[in-house]
Amino acid sequence: MHALSIKDLSKKYKSGVEALKSVSFDVQEGDFFALLGPNGAGKTTAIGIITSLVNKSSGSIEVFGHDLDKELAKAKSCIGVVPQEVNLNLFDYNFNILVNQAGFYGIPRSEGKKRAEQYLKQMQLWQKRKTNARSLSGGMKRRLMVARALVNRPKLLLLDEPTAGVDIETRRMMWDFLRDLNANGTTIILTTHYLEEAEQLCNKVAIIDEGKIIENDSMHNVLKKLKTEVFILNTEKPLDKAPEIDGYTTALKSPQEIEITVSQEQGVNDAFSTLQTSGVKVLSMRNKNSRLEELFLDLTKGQPGEGE
Amino acid sequence: MRIQLIGTIALVRKETGRVLRIWVQTLIPPGITMSLYFIIFGTLIGKRIGEMEGFPYMEYIAPGLVMMSVITNSYGNVVGSFFNAKIQGHIEELLVSPLSEVSIVIGYLAGGIIRGLAVATVVTFIALFFTQINIKHPLMTLFVIIMTAGVFSLAGLINAIFAKKFDDIAVIPSFVLAPLTYLGGVFYTVSLLPEFWQTLSRFNPILYMINSMRYSVIGISDVSIQNALMMIVVFFILLFSSAVILLKKGIGIRQ
Ligand SMILES: Nc1ncnc2c1ncn2[C@@H]1O[C@H](COP(=O)(O)OP(=O)(O)O)[C@@H](O)[C@H]1O
Ligand SMILES: [Mg+2]
Repeated sequence: MHALSIKDLSKKYKSGVEALKSVSFDVQEGDFFALLGPNGAGKTTAIGIITSLVNKSSGSIEVFGHDLDKELAKAKSCIGVVPQEVNLNLFDYNFNILVNQAGFYGIPRSEGKKRAEQYLKQMQLWQKRKTNARSLSGGMKRRLMVARALVNRPKLLLLDEPTAGVDIETRRMMWDFLRDLNANGTTIILTTHYLEEAEQLCNKVAIIDEGKIIENDSMHNVLKKLKTEVFILNTEKPLDKAPEIDGYTTALKSPQEIEITVSQEQGVNDAFSTLQTSGVKVLSMRNKNSRLEELFLDLTKGQPGEGE
Repeated sequence: MRIQLIGTIALVRKETGRVLRIWVQTLIPPGITMSLYFIIFGTLIGKRIGEMEGFPYMEYIAPGLVMMSVITNSYGNVVGSFFNAKIQGHIEELLVSPLSEVSIVIGYLAGGIIRGLAVATVVTFIALFFTQINIKHPLMTLFVIIMTAGVFSLAGLINAIFAKKFDDIAVIPSFVLAPLTYLGGVFYTVSLLPEFWQTLSRFNPILYMINSMRYSVIGISDVSIQNALMMIVVFFILLFSSAVILLKKGIGIRQ
């Protein structure tokens, strides 16, 4: 069963910005899915459309088989969302915020109170139940928003940069909590612009860049691709086929150009000694600049949890 | 259906709870303003005016003054609450939930009506210090207060839906509502006006509300009471449907 299925989703804002360009991807039930991409890639826009806070320009979305255009209320009942920007009522009691939110999902007040207690405790905010959100720290506000997103026991939890701007302790706690939640069956999608966060938590990942999905695979496979570099070697003499080098992938681009894929930990020394012994003389070498490599640099800058 | 019912009750509770929780902001100011009106227009100036349409001036203006506070407060309640939710972002709590647009409108409407009723009660009590009030048609009085509060709650909601900055929610109350209320016959009968102004006044919807109220309380009206009541109901239905349609389209709340 697909927890989420997105087909040809596009979004053009009134300002003319095309935030999403025919994006398609599926998330299986039970996945811990990362939507990874640099700032401005379109992650928040995607979350906004899934949660009907942003109107799409075209495309279709299904949440657990409910098409957003046909069964919106049913789809919404399956979802919990933690937004990127704080959107709490700063003047209401934290406890009430949760009970009311449960109410909006059709959960009776008595049950809502129980759940509010459960999730405030899990988010270590029970002592703060009778204060209002204005007096909470950034990390606490984020945790309160997580608790709020859980009161309807969503089958699909969406988190938009959940640890941006929070302290290290909160981040650790949040990571542990989310792993548990996922292990207990909740499908989770998080957006992040830190590779490390996605790597730590997720089994699936889609990389989004300038409104397009450029990779969508298991974490393992995407990491392998991300952490490799491709070089182009110019040889002195034309070759008729790419030389085989143990442990590397090679291809012949033109008679005098070998393309070689090198993983980060591997290095290039072994490749060169093999070429040396087989008598291939390399005149020059250049990096084949791929967007994925640039992105890798982008996505590993800084630390998750650091403010922007 | 059950989800909508529980959800609507939760929102109604939240919005009406807000009125009572911050009663110092919601109920005291209209009490003070209206006391001043009663003192100045009723006691000080009213004595010189004498009777209006056969009633002591104070008794004549009391229903209009109640209506005036109902109008400003129900409008102010909803425009403030909804705009605040937009600015702080917690309107998203409603938008991501399965709550329908109709339920959302009912929730905010309830807050405005409760504020209108509470303020009407406060102002009526204050009026009792200055004049006697024998309500001629109690049920109609209640109906007129609720419906008028409803109409202006909905108008406030629509204002807040379109509003982008604080100025946008301040303009209508001071440049539209206040003049229409003053010109709507709170302090005088329109029969005192020259022909032209009498005709013009009949295009002012607030005239009908104030006169419905005056009719319910002291039994006289400048306009046909059937027409006046009909007009209030029509306004209510029109504004309610407009608010639902605007929310469905996501005007002002969805990019
Ligand atoms: N409300 C908006 N109006 C116009 N453009 C927007 C709006 N929100 C986002 N954008 C633009 O859409 C693009 C994607 O933004 P966003 O979805 O927030 O990216 P991300 O969450 O990946 O950082 C950016 O170019 C951003 O400037
Ligand atoms: Mg974002």
